[in-house]
Amino acid sequence: MNDLWEGVAAAFWLVVMLDADLMEITARSLQVTLTAVVIAAALGLPMGAWLAINRFRFRRLTIAVLNALMGLPPVVVGLVVYIMLSRSGPLGVLNLLFTPTAMVIAQVIIVTPLIASIAHQALRDLWADYHDLLISLNTTKGQRIRALIWDARRSLLTATLAGFGRAIGEVGAIMIVGGNIDHLTRVLTTAISLETSQGNFALALGLGFVLIGLAIAANLAIHTLSRTERAGRW
Amino acid sequence: MTLRWMIFAVVAVLMTCAAQAETMRMAVTTSFHNSGLAEVLLPRITQETGIEVQLLVVGTGQALKLGQAGDVDAILVHSKAAEEVFVAKGYGTHRREIMYNDFVLIGPEDDPAGVKDAATVAEALQKIAQTRPAFVSRGDDSGTHRRELALWASAGVDVTDASPDWYRAAGAGMGATLNTAVGMGAYVLSDRATWLKFGNKAGQAILFEGDAALFNQYAYLPVSPQLHAHVAHDSAQRVEEWLTSAAGQTMIGDYQIAGTRLFVPNARARE
Repeated sequence: MNDLWEGVAAAFWLVVMLDADLMEITARSLQVTLTAVVIAAALGLPMGAWLAINRFRFRRLTIAVLNALMGLPPVVVGLVVYIMLSRSGPLGVLNLLFTPTAMVIAQVIIVTPLIASIAHQALRDLWADYHDLLISLNTTKGQRIRALIWDARRSLLTATLAGFGRAIGEVGAIMIVGGNIDHLTRVLTTAISLETSQGNFALALGLGFVLIGLAIAANLAIHTLSRTERAGRW
Repeated sequence: MTLRWMIFAVVAVLMTCAAQAETMRMAVTTSFHNSGLAEVLLPRITQETGIEVQLLVVGTGQALKLGQAGDVDAILVHSKAAEEVFVAKGYGTHRREIMYNDFVLIGPEDDPAGVKDAATVAEALQKIAQTRPAFVSRGDDSGTHRRELALWASAGVDVTDASPDWYRAAGAGMGATLNTAVGMGAYVLSDRATWLKFGNKAGQAILFEGDAALFNQYAYLPVSPQLHAHVAHDSAQRVEEWLTSAAGQTMIGDYQIAGTRLFVPNARARE
Protein backbone atom coordinates (compact mmCIF):
# COMPACT_ATOMS: atom_id res chain seq x y z
CA MET A 1 0.00 0.00 0.00
CA ASN A 2 2.86 2.31 0.86
CA ASP A 3 4.22 1.98 -2.67
CA LEU A 4 0.84 3.02 -4.01
CA TRP A 5 0.85 6.33 -2.13
CA GLU A 6 4.47 6.93 -3.09
CA GLY A 7 3.37 6.31 -6.69
CA VAL A 8 0.65 8.93 -6.42
CA ALA A 9 3.16 11.37 -4.92
CA ALA A 10 5.73 10.55 -7.63
CA ALA A 11 3.14 11.15 -10.36
CA PHE A 12 2.14 14.43 -8.74
CA TRP A 13 5.71 15.76 -8.58
CA LEU A 14 6.61 14.55 -12.07
CA VAL A 15 3.67 16.46 -13.50
CA VAL A 16 4.01 19.56 -11.32
CA MET A 17 7.75 19.93 -11.99
CA LEU A 18 7.19 19.37 -15.74
CA ASP A 19 10.00 16.79 -15.64
CA ALA A 20 11.84 17.04 -18.99
CA ASP A 21 12.24 13.28 -19.49
CA LEU A 22 8.58 12.73 -18.65
CA MET A 23 7.49 15.37 -21.17
CA GLU A 24 9.67 13.74 -23.81
CA ILE A 25 8.42 10.17 -23.35
CA THR A 26 4.81 11.36 -22.97
CA ALA A 27 5.05 13.29 -26.24
CA ARG A 28 6.54 10.22 -27.92
CA SER A 29 3.80 7.96 -26.54
CA LEU A 30 1.20 10.32 -27.99
CA GLN A 31 3.05 10.72 -31.28
CA VAL A 32 3.38 6.96 -31.87
CA THR A 33 -0.11 6.06 -30.71
CA LEU A 34 -1.96 8.89 -32.46
CA THR A 35 -0.15 8.22 -35.73
CA ALA A 36 -0.90 4.51 -35.45
CA VAL A 37 -4.57 5.12 -34.59
CA VAL A 38 -5.07 7.62 -37.45
CA ILE A 39 -3.60 5.11 -39.93
CA ALA A 40 -5.50 2.19 -38.40
CA ALA A 41 -8.77 4.15 -38.53
CA ALA A 42 -8.14 5.11 -42.17
CA LEU A 43 -7.73 1.40 -42.94
CA GLY A 44 -10.13 -0.17 -40.45
CA LEU A 45 -13.23 2.01 -40.83
CA PRO A 46 -13.62 1.55 -44.62
CA MET A 47 -12.77 -2.14 -44.15
CA GLY A 48 -15.58 -2.49 -41.60
CA ALA A 49 -18.01 -0.64 -43.88
CA TRP A 50 -17.01 -2.71 -46.91
CA LEU A 51 -17.64 -5.90 -44.96
CA ALA A 52 -21.03 -4.59 -43.82
CA ILE A 53 -22.41 -3.87 -47.30
CA ASN A 54 -20.85 -6.66 -49.34
CA ARG A 55 -21.98 -10.26 -49.53
CA PHE A 56 -19.38 -12.73 -50.72
CA ARG A 57 -18.46 -16.35 -50.33
CA PHE A 58 -16.07 -16.27 -47.38
CA ARG A 59 -17.75 -13.36 -45.59
CA ARG A 60 -18.51 -15.29 -42.43
CA LEU A 61 -15.01 -16.72 -42.28
CA THR A 62 -13.47 -13.27 -42.92
CA ILE A 63 -15.51 -11.71 -40.10
CA ALA A 64 -14.67 -14.55 -37.72
CA VAL A 65 -10.96 -14.14 -38.49
CA LEU A 66 -11.21 -10.37 -38.07
CA ASN A 67 -12.91 -10.77 -34.69
CA ALA A 68 -10.27 -13.27 -33.60
CA LEU A 69 -7.50 -10.87 -34.67
CA MET A 70 -8.82 -8.39 -32.08
CA GLY A 71 -7.02 -10.57 -29.59
CA LEU A 72 -3.68 -10.67 -31.42
CA PRO A 73 -0.91 -11.17 -28.85
CA PRO A 74 1.24 -8.01 -29.07
CA VAL A 75 4.45 -9.93 -28.37
CA VAL A 76 3.85 -12.11 -31.43
CA VAL A 77 3.10 -9.04 -33.58
CA GLY A 78 6.28 -7.44 -32.27
CA LEU A 79 8.34 -10.50 -33.05
CA VAL A 80 6.96 -10.81 -36.59
CA VAL A 81 7.54 -7.10 -37.28
CA TYR A 82 11.03 -7.44 -35.79
CA ILE A 83 11.87 -10.36 -38.08
CA MET A 84 10.54 -8.48 -41.13
CA LEU A 85 12.42 -5.26 -40.34
CA SER A 86 15.62 -6.89 -39.07
CA ARG A 87 18.70 -6.24 -41.19
CA SER A 88 18.65 -9.94 -41.98
CA GLY A 89 14.92 -9.85 -42.79
CA PRO A 90 13.11 -9.09 -46.06
CA LEU A 91 12.57 -5.37 -45.29
CA GLY A 92 15.95 -4.84 -43.62
CA VAL A 93 17.15 -2.37 -46.27
CA LEU A 94 14.56 0.16 -45.07
CA ASN A 95 16.55 0.47 -41.83
CA LEU A 96 13.41 0.98 -39.78
CA LEU A 97 14.09 -1.32 -36.84
CA PHE A 98 14.37 0.44 -33.46
CA THR A 99 12.71 3.63 -34.73
CA PRO A 100 9.34 5.19 -33.83
CA THR A 101 8.17 4.22 -37.35
CA ALA A 102 8.63 0.53 -36.50
CA MET A 103 6.56 1.05 -33.36
CA VAL A 104 3.80 2.69 -35.43
CA ILE A 105 3.81 -0.26 -37.85
CA ALA A 106 3.42 -2.77 -35.01
CA GLN A 107 0.61 -0.77 -33.42
CA VAL A 108 -1.24 -0.38 -36.73
CA ILE A 109 -1.22 -4.18 -37.07
CA ILE A 110 -2.54 -4.60 -33.53
CA VAL A 111 -5.19 -1.87 -33.70
CA THR A 112 -6.60 -2.15 -37.25
CA PRO A 113 -8.51 -5.44 -36.70
CA LEU A 114 -9.98 -4.02 -33.49
CA ILE A 115 -11.24 -0.85 -35.18
CA ALA A 116 -12.46 -2.73 -38.28
CA SER A 117 -14.29 -5.29 -36.18
CA ILE A 118 -16.09 -2.81 -33.93
CA ALA A 119 -16.86 -0.60 -36.97
CA HIS A 120 -18.33 -3.61 -38.76
CA GLN A 121 -20.62 -4.43 -35.83
CA ALA A 122 -21.91 -0.85 -35.73
CA LEU A 123 -22.32 -0.44 -39.49
CA ARG A 124 -24.04 -3.79 -39.99
CA ASP A 125 -27.04 -2.61 -37.97
CA LEU A 126 -27.14 0.74 -39.73
CA TRP A 127 -26.89 -0.97 -43.12
CA ALA A 128 -30.00 -2.99 -42.30
CA ASP A 129 -31.88 0.32 -41.93
CA TYR A 130 -30.33 2.03 -44.95
CA HIS A 131 -30.23 -0.92 -47.32
CA ASP A 132 -33.49 -0.33 -49.25
CA LEU A 133 -33.08 3.44 -49.42
CA LEU A 134 -29.49 3.42 -50.69
CA ILE A 135 -30.18 0.62 -53.19
CA SER A 136 -33.27 2.41 -54.58
CA LEU A 137 -31.28 5.64 -54.98
CA ASN A 138 -28.93 3.67 -57.25
CA THR A 139 -25.84 4.70 -55.23
CA THR A 140 -22.39 3.36 -55.95
CA LYS A 141 -20.58 1.23 -53.37
CA GLY A 142 -18.25 4.11 -52.59
CA GLN A 143 -21.20 6.40 -51.88
CA ARG A 144 -22.81 3.78 -49.65
CA ILE A 145 -19.62 3.34 -47.63
CA ARG A 146 -19.27 7.11 -47.23
CA ALA A 147 -22.92 7.55 -46.20
CA LEU A 148 -22.66 4.74 -43.62
CA ILE A 149 -19.39 6.02 -42.16
CA TRP A 150 -20.71 9.58 -41.88
CA ASP A 151 -24.03 8.64 -40.29
CA ALA A 152 -22.40 6.21 -37.86
CA ARG A 153 -19.60 8.59 -36.95
CA ARG A 154 -20.43 8.47 -33.23
CA SER A 155 -20.13 4.69 -33.02
CA LEU A 156 -17.03 4.81 -35.19
CA LEU A 157 -15.50 7.32 -32.80
CA THR A 158 -16.01 4.73 -30.07
CA ALA A 159 -14.29 2.14 -32.24
CA THR A 160 -11.36 4.49 -32.80
CA LEU A 161 -11.12 5.33 -29.10
CA ALA A 162 -11.06 1.61 -28.30
CA GLY A 163 -8.12 1.36 -30.70
CA PHE A 164 -6.43 4.29 -28.98
CA GLY A 165 -6.95 2.61 -25.62
CA ARG A 166 -5.34 -0.59 -26.77
CA ALA A 167 -2.40 1.18 -28.41
CA ILE A 168 -1.49 3.67 -25.67
CA GLY A 169 -1.22 0.95 -23.02
CA GLU A 170 0.60 -1.57 -25.20
CA VAL A 171 4.12 -2.62 -24.23
CA GLY A 172 4.97 -6.09 -25.61
CA ALA A 173 5.26 -5.22 -29.30
CA ILE A 174 6.86 -1.79 -29.05
CA MET A 175 9.44 -3.09 -26.59
CA ILE A 176 10.65 -5.59 -29.21
CA VAL A 177 10.54 -3.39 -32.33
CA GLY A 178 11.42 -0.11 -30.61
CA GLY A 179 14.05 -1.45 -28.24
CA ASN A 180 13.22 1.09 -25.48
CA ILE A 181 16.17 3.30 -26.51
CA ASP A 182 16.52 6.38 -24.33
CA HIS A 183 15.66 9.62 -26.22
CA LEU A 184 14.67 7.67 -29.33
CA THR A 185 12.06 4.97 -28.75
CA ARG A 186 11.33 5.09 -25.03
CA VAL A 187 7.63 5.66 -24.32
CA LEU A 188 5.56 5.63 -21.13
CA THR A 189 4.79 1.90 -21.13
CA THR A 190 8.36 0.75 -21.82
CA ALA A 191 9.66 3.21 -19.20
CA ILE A 192 7.22 1.70 -16.67
CA SER A 193 8.49 -1.75 -17.54
CA LEU A 194 12.11 -0.59 -17.12
CA GLU A 195 11.51 1.08 -13.75
CA THR A 196 9.66 -2.00 -12.47
CA SER A 197 12.61 -4.19 -13.44
CA GLN A 198 14.87 -1.90 -11.42
CA GLY A 199 12.62 -2.18 -8.38
CA ASN A 200 11.65 1.51 -8.52
CA PHE A 201 7.98 0.79 -7.92
CA ALA A 202 7.02 4.33 -6.90
CA LEU A 203 8.41 5.89 -10.06
CA ALA A 204 6.91 3.10 -12.21
CA LEU A 205 3.51 3.67 -10.63
CA GLY A 206 3.90 7.42 -11.01
CA LEU A 207 4.46 6.96 -14.73
CA GLY A 208 1.46 4.60 -14.76
CA PHE A 209 -0.78 7.28 -13.28
CA VAL A 210 0.52 9.77 -15.83
CA LEU A 211 -0.38 7.26 -18.56
CA ILE A 212 -3.91 6.84 -17.22
CA GLY A 213 -4.27 10.62 -16.96
CA LEU A 214 -3.06 10.98 -20.53
CA ALA A 215 -5.61 8.46 -21.81
CA ILE A 216 -8.42 10.32 -20.01
CA ALA A 217 -7.20 13.68 -21.33
CA ALA A 218 -6.98 12.38 -24.90
CA ASN A 219 -10.53 10.97 -24.73
CA LEU A 220 -11.89 14.22 -23.29
CA ALA A 221 -10.10 16.23 -25.97
CA ILE A 222 -11.61 14.12 -28.73
CA HIS A 223 -15.09 14.44 -27.25
CA THR A 224 -14.66 18.19 -26.98
CA LEU A 225 -13.35 18.55 -30.53
CA SER A 226 -16.09 16.37 -31.98
CA ARG A 227 -18.75 17.92 -29.71
CA THR A 228 -20.08 14.57 -28.51
CA GLU A 229 -21.36 13.66 -25.05
CA ARG A 230 -23.01 17.05 -24.58
CA ALA A 231 -26.47 17.92 -23.40
CA GLY A 232 -29.00 17.74 -26.22
CA ARG A 233 -26.66 15.78 -28.46
CA TRP A 234 -26.36 12.45 -26.76
CA MET B 1 -12.38 21.42 -39.90
CA THR B 2 -11.53 19.75 -36.61
CA LEU B 3 -10.40 16.63 -38.46
CA ARG B 4 -8.05 18.71 -40.61
CA TRP B 5 -6.71 20.37 -37.48
CA MET B 6 -6.08 17.01 -35.87
CA ILE B 7 -4.22 15.69 -38.90
CA PHE B 8 -2.14 18.85 -38.92
CA ALA B 9 -1.30 18.32 -35.26
CA VAL B 10 -0.21 14.73 -35.88
CA VAL B 11 1.99 15.78 -38.81
CA ALA B 12 3.50 18.58 -36.75
CA VAL B 13 4.41 16.15 -33.97
CA LEU B 14 5.92 13.75 -36.51
CA MET B 15 8.10 16.52 -37.94
CA THR B 16 9.78 16.94 -34.57
CA CYS B 17 11.75 13.71 -35.17
CA ALA B 18 14.70 15.79 -36.29
CA ALA B 19 17.71 14.40 -38.12
CA GLN B 20 20.44 13.23 -35.77
CA ALA B 21 24.23 13.37 -35.59
CA GLU B 22 26.45 10.31 -36.08
CA THR B 23 24.89 7.45 -34.17
CA MET B 24 25.69 3.83 -33.43
CA ARG B 25 23.64 1.11 -31.81
CA MET B 26 25.07 -1.02 -29.06
CA ALA B 27 23.31 -3.96 -27.45
CA VAL B 28 24.23 -4.21 -23.77
CA THR B 29 23.22 -6.60 -21.03
CA THR B 30 20.68 -5.58 -18.43
CA SER B 31 23.30 -5.97 -15.70
CA PHE B 32 25.54 -3.36 -17.34
CA HIS B 33 22.68 -0.95 -17.92
CA ASN B 34 21.26 -1.35 -14.41
CA SER B 35 24.59 -0.28 -12.93
CA GLY B 36 23.94 3.25 -14.19
CA LEU B 37 27.48 3.42 -15.63
CA ALA B 38 26.05 4.00 -19.12
CA GLU B 39 24.42 7.23 -17.96
CA VAL B 40 27.80 8.77 -17.13
CA LEU B 41 29.83 7.15 -19.94
CA LEU B 42 27.57 7.86 -22.92
CA PRO B 43 27.40 11.67 -22.58
CA ARG B 44 31.25 11.71 -22.35
CA ILE B 45 31.54 9.51 -25.44
CA THR B 46 29.23 11.87 -27.35
CA GLN B 47 31.22 14.85 -26.11
CA GLU B 48 34.67 13.49 -26.99
CA THR B 49 33.99 11.48 -30.16
CA GLY B 50 30.81 13.09 -31.48
CA ILE B 51 29.12 9.68 -31.61
CA GLU B 52 25.70 9.25 -30.05
CA VAL B 53 25.48 5.69 -28.72
CA GLN B 54 21.96 4.25 -28.65
CA LEU B 55 21.62 1.45 -26.11
CA LEU B 56 19.47 -1.63 -26.54
CA VAL B 57 19.15 -3.23 -23.15
CA VAL B 58 18.62 -6.98 -23.55
CA GLY B 59 19.92 -10.28 -22.20
CA THR B 60 23.25 -11.63 -23.44
CA GLY B 61 21.48 -14.24 -25.60
CA GLN B 62 19.38 -11.60 -27.36
CA ALA B 63 22.34 -9.22 -27.67
CA LEU B 64 24.32 -11.89 -29.52
CA LYS B 65 21.30 -12.54 -31.73
CA LEU B 66 20.94 -8.83 -32.58
CA GLY B 67 24.63 -8.70 -33.48
CA GLN B 68 24.36 -11.81 -35.61
CA ALA B 69 21.43 -10.29 -37.57
CA GLY B 70 23.34 -7.01 -38.04
CA ASP B 71 20.71 -4.99 -36.17
CA VAL B 72 23.32 -3.41 -33.88
CA ASP B 73 26.84 -2.15 -34.54
CA ALA B 74 28.50 -3.57 -31.44
CA ILE B 75 27.65 -5.56 -28.32
CA LEU B 76 28.89 -5.35 -24.75
CA VAL B 77 28.18 -8.61 -22.92
CA HIS B 78 29.53 -10.99 -20.29
CA SER B 79 29.56 -14.60 -21.37
CA LYS B 80 33.04 -15.53 -22.57
CA ALA B 81 32.27 -18.90 -24.17
CA ALA B 82 29.36 -17.51 -26.19
CA GLU B 83 31.42 -14.47 -27.20
CA GLU B 84 34.23 -16.67 -28.52
CA VAL B 85 31.73 -18.64 -30.61
CA PHE B 86 30.35 -15.31 -31.90
CA VAL B 87 33.79 -14.26 -33.13
CA ALA B 88 34.70 -17.74 -34.41
CA LYS B 89 31.58 -17.79 -36.59
CA GLY B 90 32.55 -14.43 -38.08
CA TYR B 91 29.64 -12.41 -36.66
CA GLY B 92 32.04 -10.15 -34.79
CA THR B 93 35.47 -8.87 -35.80
CA HIS B 94 37.11 -9.47 -32.42
CA ARG B 95 36.53 -9.59 -28.68
CA ARG B 96 38.03 -6.90 -26.45
CA GLU B 97 37.91 -7.11 -22.69
CA ILE B 98 36.87 -3.82 -21.10
CA MET B 99 36.24 -4.30 -17.38
CA TYR B 100 34.97 -6.68 -14.76
CA ASN B 101 32.79 -6.70 -11.72
CA ASP B 102 31.47 -9.61 -9.70
CA PHE B 103 28.42 -11.65 -8.84
CA VAL B 104 27.04 -11.82 -5.32
CA LEU B 105 24.73 -14.25 -3.55
CA ILE B 106 21.64 -12.48 -2.21
CA GLY B 107 19.30 -13.94 0.40
CA PRO B 108 17.07 -13.19 3.37
CA GLU B 109 18.94 -11.32 6.13
CA ASP B 110 18.41 -14.10 8.72
CA ASP B 111 20.20 -16.51 6.31
CA PRO B 112 18.39 -19.85 6.98
CA ALA B 113 20.95 -21.79 4.91
CA GLY B 114 23.93 -20.23 6.69
CA VAL B 115 25.80 -19.29 3.51
CA LYS B 116 27.52 -16.39 5.33
CA ASP B 117 29.96 -18.86 6.94
CA ALA B 118 30.83 -20.63 3.69
CA ALA B 119 34.45 -20.48 2.57
CA THR B 120 33.74 -20.78 -1.16
CA VAL B 121 30.75 -20.17 -3.39
CA ALA B 122 30.58 -23.92 -4.07
CA GLU B 123 30.20 -24.57 -0.34
CA ALA B 124 27.54 -21.83 -0.09
CA LEU B 125 25.51 -23.45 -2.87
CA GLN B 126 25.89 -26.91 -1.28
CA LYS B 127 24.47 -25.48 1.96
CA ILE B 128 21.47 -24.15 0.03
CA ALA B 129 20.98 -27.56 -1.60
CA GLN B 130 21.05 -29.25 1.84
CA THR B 131 18.72 -26.88 3.76
CA ARG B 132 16.45 -26.39 0.73
CA PRO B 133 15.26 -22.80 1.07
CA ALA B 134 13.78 -21.31 -2.13
CA PHE B 135 16.36 -20.30 -4.76
CA VAL B 136 15.28 -18.20 -7.75
CA SER B 137 17.18 -18.63 -11.01
CA ARG B 138 17.14 -16.26 -13.99
CA GLY B 139 16.27 -19.21 -16.23
CA ASP B 140 16.61 -17.07 -19.37
CA ASP B 141 19.91 -18.24 -20.88
CA SER B 142 21.52 -14.90 -20.04
CA GLY B 143 25.18 -14.45 -19.06
CA THR B 144 24.22 -14.46 -15.38
CA HIS B 145 22.10 -17.57 -15.81
CA ARG B 146 24.89 -19.44 -17.59
CA ARG B 147 27.30 -18.50 -14.82
CA GLU B 148 24.83 -19.64 -12.16
CA LEU B 149 24.47 -23.04 -13.86
CA ALA B 150 28.26 -23.36 -14.07
CA LEU B 151 28.52 -22.59 -10.35
CA TRP B 152 25.91 -25.24 -9.47
CA ALA B 153 27.80 -27.74 -11.61
CA SER B 154 31.07 -26.91 -9.84
CA ALA B 155 29.29 -27.37 -6.49
CA GLY B 156 28.18 -30.82 -7.62
CA VAL B 157 24.48 -30.00 -7.32
CA ASP B 158 22.19 -31.07 -10.16
CA VAL B 159 19.54 -28.39 -10.66
CA THR B 160 18.80 -28.81 -14.37
CA ASP B 161 17.84 -32.46 -14.76
CA ALA B 162 16.62 -33.16 -11.23
CA SER B 163 14.90 -29.73 -11.07
CA PRO B 164 14.30 -29.84 -7.29
CA ASP B 165 11.19 -28.10 -5.95
CA TRP B 166 13.17 -25.40 -4.11
CA TYR B 167 14.85 -24.32 -7.37
CA ARG B 168 12.60 -21.93 -9.28
CA ALA B 169 13.46 -20.63 -12.75
CA ALA B 170 11.85 -17.22 -13.26
CA GLY B 171 12.62 -16.90 -16.98
CA ALA B 172 13.07 -13.15 -16.58
CA GLY B 173 15.63 -10.35 -16.51
CA MET B 174 17.78 -9.59 -13.46
CA GLY B 175 15.44 -6.95 -12.05
CA ALA B 176 12.29 -9.03 -12.43
CA THR B 177 14.10 -12.02 -10.92
CA LEU B 178 15.20 -9.93 -7.93
CA ASN B 179 11.60 -8.76 -7.47
CA THR B 180 10.53 -12.42 -7.46
CA ALA B 181 13.25 -13.46 -5.02
CA VAL B 182 12.44 -10.58 -2.65
CA GLY B 183 8.75 -11.50 -2.83
CA MET B 184 9.47 -15.15 -1.94
CA GLY B 185 12.28 -14.46 0.55
CA ALA B 186 14.49 -16.62 -1.64
CA TYR B 187 18.19 -16.85 -2.43
CA VAL B 188 19.33 -15.50 -5.80
CA LEU B 189 22.57 -14.87 -7.71
CA SER B 190 22.89 -11.32 -9.00
CA ASP B 191 25.58 -9.09 -10.42
CA ARG B 192 26.66 -6.56 -7.81
CA ALA B 193 25.75 -3.50 -9.87
CA THR B 194 22.10 -4.40 -10.37
CA TRP B 195 21.69 -5.24 -6.69
CA LEU B 196 23.24 -1.97 -5.46
CA LYS B 197 20.98 0.09 -7.71
CA PHE B 198 17.91 -2.05 -6.99
CA GLY B 199 15.15 -0.13 -5.22
CA ASN B 200 13.12 -2.98 -3.67
CA LYS B 201 15.55 -4.70 -1.27
CA ALA B 202 12.99 -5.42 1.52
CA GLY B 203 14.66 -7.82 3.99
CA GLN B 204 17.29 -9.14 1.58
CA ALA B 205 21.04 -8.57 1.68
CA ILE B 206 24.33 -9.72 0.15
CA LEU B 207 25.23 -12.90 2.05
CA PHE B 208 28.20 -14.20 0.11
CA GLU B 209 30.76 -12.42 -2.05
CA GLY B 210 34.42 -12.27 -2.97
CA ASP B 211 35.14 -15.76 -4.37
CA ALA B 212 37.27 -15.67 -7.53
CA ALA B 213 34.67 -17.92 -9.19
CA LEU B 214 32.25 -14.95 -9.06
CA PHE B 215 34.43 -12.79 -11.31
CA ASN B 216 32.37 -11.26 -14.16
CA GLN B 217 34.24 -10.09 -17.26
CA TYR B 218 32.61 -7.70 -19.75
CA ALA B 219 33.81 -7.65 -23.34
CA TYR B 220 33.11 -5.44 -26.35
CA LEU B 221 32.52 -7.05 -29.75
CA PRO B 222 32.09 -4.95 -32.93
CA VAL B 223 29.77 -6.57 -35.48
CA SER B 224 31.53 -7.76 -38.62
CA PRO B 225 31.31 -5.28 -41.54
CA GLN B 226 32.20 -8.14 -43.91
CA LEU B 227 28.95 -9.86 -43.02
CA HIS B 228 26.81 -6.72 -42.73
CA ALA B 229 28.08 -3.90 -44.98
CA HIS B 230 25.69 -1.37 -43.40
CA VAL B 231 27.01 -1.52 -39.82
CA ALA B 232 28.70 1.61 -38.47
CA HIS B 233 32.01 -0.20 -38.00
CA ASP B 234 34.05 2.97 -37.96
CA SER B 235 31.96 4.41 -35.10
CA ALA B 236 32.08 1.08 -33.29
CA GLN B 237 35.88 1.13 -33.43
CA ARG B 238 36.14 4.71 -32.25
CA VAL B 239 33.90 3.91 -29.29
CA GLU B 240 36.09 0.88 -28.52
CA GLU B 241 39.18 3.10 -28.65
CA TRP B 242 37.57 5.52 -26.23
CA LEU B 243 36.41 2.78 -23.82
CA THR B 244 39.92 1.30 -23.73
CA SER B 245 41.70 4.69 -23.60
CA ALA B 246 43.18 6.01 -20.36
CA ALA B 247 40.29 8.48 -20.02
CA GLY B 248 37.62 5.83 -20.54
CA GLN B 249 39.26 3.28 -18.25
CA THR B 250 39.71 5.87 -15.48
CA MET B 251 36.08 6.87 -15.71
CA ILE B 252 34.96 3.23 -15.45
CA GLY B 253 37.23 2.66 -12.44
CA ASP B 254 36.04 5.79 -10.65
CA TYR B 255 32.33 5.03 -10.98
CA GLN B 256 30.70 4.43 -7.60
CA ILE B 257 27.28 3.66 -6.18
CA ALA B 258 26.79 4.46 -2.49
CA GLY B 259 30.55 4.64 -1.97
CA THR B 260 31.21 1.24 -3.58
CA ARG B 261 33.37 1.00 -6.68
CA LEU B 262 31.56 -1.25 -9.12
CA PHE B 263 33.85 -1.98 -12.04
CA VAL B 264 37.54 -2.69 -12.37
CA PRO B 265 38.80 -1.61 -15.80
CA ASN B 266 41.14 -4.20 -17.36
CA ALA B 267 41.45 -3.40 -21.07
CA ARG B 268 44.79 -4.30 -22.61
CA ALA B 269 46.48 -2.80 -25.64
CA ARG B 270 45.59 -4.70 -28.81
CA GLU B 271 48.13 -7.16 -30.05
